[in-house]
Amino acid sequence: MSAGQDVAAALAAVPSIPCEAEGPVFREPWEAQAFAMTLALHQAGLFTWPEWAERLGAAIKRAQAGGDPDTGETYYRHWLAALEEIVVEKKAASAETLHARRDAWDRAARATPHGQPILLENDPLAGA
Amino acid sequence: MSHDHSHDHHHHHDHDGSELSETALRVRALESILTEKGLIDPAALDVMIETYETRIGPRNGARVVAKAWADPAYAERLRRDATAAIAELGYGGRQGEHMVAVWNTPEEHNMVVCTLCSCYPWPVLGLPPVWYKSAPYRSRAVIDPRGVLAEFGVTLPEATRIKVWDSTAEVRYLVIPMRPAGAEGWSEERLADLVTRDSMIGTGLALRPEEVRP
Repeated sequence: MSAGQDVAAALAAVPSIPCEAEGPVFREPWEAQAFAMTLALHQAGLFTWPEWAERLGAAIKRAQAGGDPDTGETYYRHWLAALEEIVVEKKAASAETLHARRDAWDRAARATPHGQPILLENDPLAGA
Repeated sequence: MSHDHSHDHHHHHDHDGSELSETALRVRALESILTEKGLIDPAALDVMIETYETRIGPRNGARVVAKAWADPAYAERLRRDATAAIAELGYGGRQGEHMVAVWNTPEEHNMVVCTLCSCYPWPVLGLPPVWYKSAPYRSRAVIDPRGVLAEFGVTLPEATRIKVWDSTAEVRYLVIPMRPAGAEGWSEERLADLVTRDSMIGTGLALRPEEVRP
């Protein structure tokens, strides 16, 4: 009886399921890119699907522990974190390389006038 | 900080440059490096994305269910080897997952979840809805399936057992909902209209014939 009440109390504290939330398959282009890259790398044999599922599950757990409400809206953020992790782990790229390239894209974006395609060549430090 | 007309928010740094979000930057970093290494091909990524956005969705699964309802021999093949039976209709996964079809009966209702991440039968249902990926669904489907069903507006008879299947990277489940009465003699094409995505996850039931527009 009291165990049942405990469960009921615990359930009441859990946020409800966002049943109505449908939305598009991908909300922003980067989500689609992250998704497709993962499939492509799997096809290229960089990792097995169970290895991927394990990294993704761990990334979600970590985010939850860090206070992410994990309502499904942030799913692809966790996906991206897991992808970076497995890419580094499988030595397809180092964490340093990824960081440096991220910064290069940031400089390139800032140096690109609005409305024009952002290209890596636009990085003022490119080739420096 | 104040709301007067201070010059606080008028920092004209003179840059009319563009800005990319943090996630977009990280994705571009990955994509450009992996492309240089020959591990991915941007054109192939675009094709993949388009396929998932437009061509793969619950309509695929609905055709499988409708065929299983209408064709006992197909239902038998689906029961024995769902991966092969689904491939007969041209739907196949690239992740090497093994498909299992689970049948709803008056005695037993099946519901699918992935508690670990969000494994989902992509080839037949497309990509999962937001709620499937949410922590409340992932945790509560297991401990309180009847309560979860109620939130989806589904009430089952008390006597019906609810079986919850936890997907893994290797095994994905497709729920075969019960065929509603009143659709006798319907073509597979029409039957497929009764099969909703949620009914194949187990958080819904197939539509009754009077619920679909004539």
